[in-house]
Amino acid sequence: MRTQHLNFIACAVAVLAVCSLSSAQVTKYQEDENLGMEAHVGKLTGHAKDAATNYRRYCAGCHGDLGDGEGENAVWLDPKPRNFTLATFKCRSTPSGSLPTDEDLYNTVGRGLESSNMPSWNPLSDQARADLVAYVKHFSDRWKTEKSGAVIEIPPEPAVNAERIKAGQALFQKLECWKCHGVEGRANGPSADTLTDDQNRPIKPFNFHDQTKFKCGAEDRDLYRIFMTGLDGTPMPSFSDNVKPDEAWDLVFYLRTLQPMHTQEKEIAKQLGLKPINPNAPAPAAAPAAPNAAPTTQPQSNENKPQ
Amino acid sequence: MKKQAWYQGLAIFSAALTLIFVFVMSQREVKAAPASGAGITGTIKLEGTAPHQRPIDMSKEPACAAVHKANPVTTEKVVAGSGGGLKNVVVYISEGLSGSAENEVASSKPIWDQKGCQYIPHVMGLNPNQHFEVTNSDPTSHNIHPMPKPGGPNHEWNKSQPSGAPPIDNTWQAPEVAIHVKCNIHPWMSGYMVVVKGPYGVSDDSGSFKIENVPPGSYTLTAWQETLGTQTQKITVAAGKPATADFTFKAK
Ligand code: HEC
Ligand code: HEC
Repeated sequence: MRTQHLNFIACAVAVLAVCSLSSAQVTKYQEDENLGMEAHVGKLTGHAKDAATNYRRYCAGCHGDLGDGEGENAVWLDPKPRNFTLATFKCRSTPSGSLPTDEDLYNTVGRGLESSNMPSWNPLSDQARADLVAYVKHFSDRWKTEKSGAVIEIPPEPAVNAERIKAGQALFQKLECWKCHGVEGRANGPSADTLTDDQNRPIKPFNFHDQTKFKCGAEDRDLYRIFMTGLDGTPMPSFSDNVKPDEAWDLVFYLRTLQPMHTQEKEIAKQLGLKPINPNAPAPAAAPAAPNAAPTTQPQSNENKPQ
Repeated sequence: MKKQAWYQGLAIFSAALTLIFVFVMSQREVKAAPASGAGITGTIKLEGTAPHQRPIDMSKEPACAAVHKANPVTTEKVVAGSGGGLKNVVVYISEGLSGSAENEVASSKPIWDQKGCQYIPHVMGLNPNQHFEVTNSDPTSHNIHPMPKPGGPNHEWNKSQPSGAPPIDNTWQAPEVAIHVKCNIHPWMSGYMVVVKGPYGVSDDSGSFKIENVPPGSYTLTAWQETLGTQTQKITVAAGKPATADFTFKAK
């Protein structure tokens, strides 16, 4: 009789157990399951479980064993290493607020992030980098419940001409890039001093005169992608909702005239005698604090590069 | 042995019965809930003197400064009207809603306007998956940058909206009290989207709020204010009978 009662209880418990299993938080189980994360880049398939050693050796010092951006070196760094558990990324080919593609992360890991301590990991093999991308993803469950955003397509680059550069300058004015980047792109716009990132740390807009390379890639296509998608986690917004592909190229050409290196665009601007447009109303406000506010570029650290 | 099998059968049978019951109930309520709904009304009061609200200097955006020349604006962290009514408090049902009432999504599409370099409204209630529209009535660009809790179910985004650009239509997928919205170009701009399940109300200039279509039942009501925090109280709503609930926040 007793065992029969027990049997009944066991049955009931089993029913309850099945019901609650879905909400159970078994951390060990989840960690193992997350290590099954993959990354797909071209023909490569990255496996998180194969990157554990490399991650600990090359990345954990900054990004932390738990991927929370709290590695032992993090206190010394500005900007701070990315917290992978939050799954917010600057360099994406996808709309603001969505996950980047595996390829975006793969390119970032290969390229490194200019003006930060994040080095290029090109010395590692392609497979090792693809594995590391999967490992970066395994820190956030967002990758299990959500797909990467729809890639913002970039049409082929048209030929540059004077008309396009002038149109690009008008856009720089109309879209008010200058509010942050300054009328000449010197990172001294009226809002520049007040900008903070999503951790409430001060952040400088990009200075087009000082810097030749962008964090998210140096090519014309990269520049196109940067302002169309924005840099999530920073004040740099996305413009894809309101800028047509043709206009985006005009803007790329104009931005190239601001940079220090010699470009075809710069040559055309010189012939045109292109002057920065003075935004008629608030122009004087930008003047006083500006010149000494130039951002300091941080030297790239090689300490953590693989030997 | 025979008895054991009987007990097992009983257990499985009762489990199945429970499942069927739950299923039927959930189907039934979808249609039943809104019909007999009643409203909850009330007033939010502020006790004590409202903290000083700092005047906002918009001189860096002349177009907006001009709009407010006659009536300079201040921060809106605590907005108390005449008679101590507290504005911009979101009142919602935090406990007691049935599954179907909880998951109903308001059909209205509220507008979050950027006007005179301020957010109008300053505080907006929303259901998860309820659409809202961000508009720009200003002659200047804004970047609309809602910042949900990092790592949570809702995700930060940051979009530029130049003058004259079409509205941005969006939703939040999960409840969150509250999502701070800012504009990086105009650092004084600040507002909150409060995403809650079920019916909600937001207090007006006089501190009055109204929650419509509450199915009969016993609930916990929560009132949220951006700097004064939350308060709760129990309330019972009878079919077709309006209920009232008042809240008092103490000035800090
Ligand atoms: C010396 C410190 C350091 C090391 C080592 C390091 N990182 Fe980083 N990493 C950073 C910093 C700092 C940032 C943020 C830079 C920024 O926000 O501009 C970053 C950002 C990132 C990002 C985010 C990119 C984006 O689009 O937001 C990824 C992905 C990343 N690192 C991957 C790795 C991987 C994989 C490794 C190891 C192979 C690694 N990092 C090693 C410092 C480091
Ligand atoms: C609200 C201020 C703001 C506005 C408006 C803005 N930017 Fe930025 N932008 C920033 C900040 C801040 C950064 C630096 C982000 C970082 O370092 O992570 C940045 C970075 C950039 C970069 C470099 C990104 C990289 O990969 O290093 C480019 C290019 C750029 N902005 C172009 C533009 C263009 C073009 C516009 C107008 C269409 C514009 N920005 C409007 C704030 C702004």
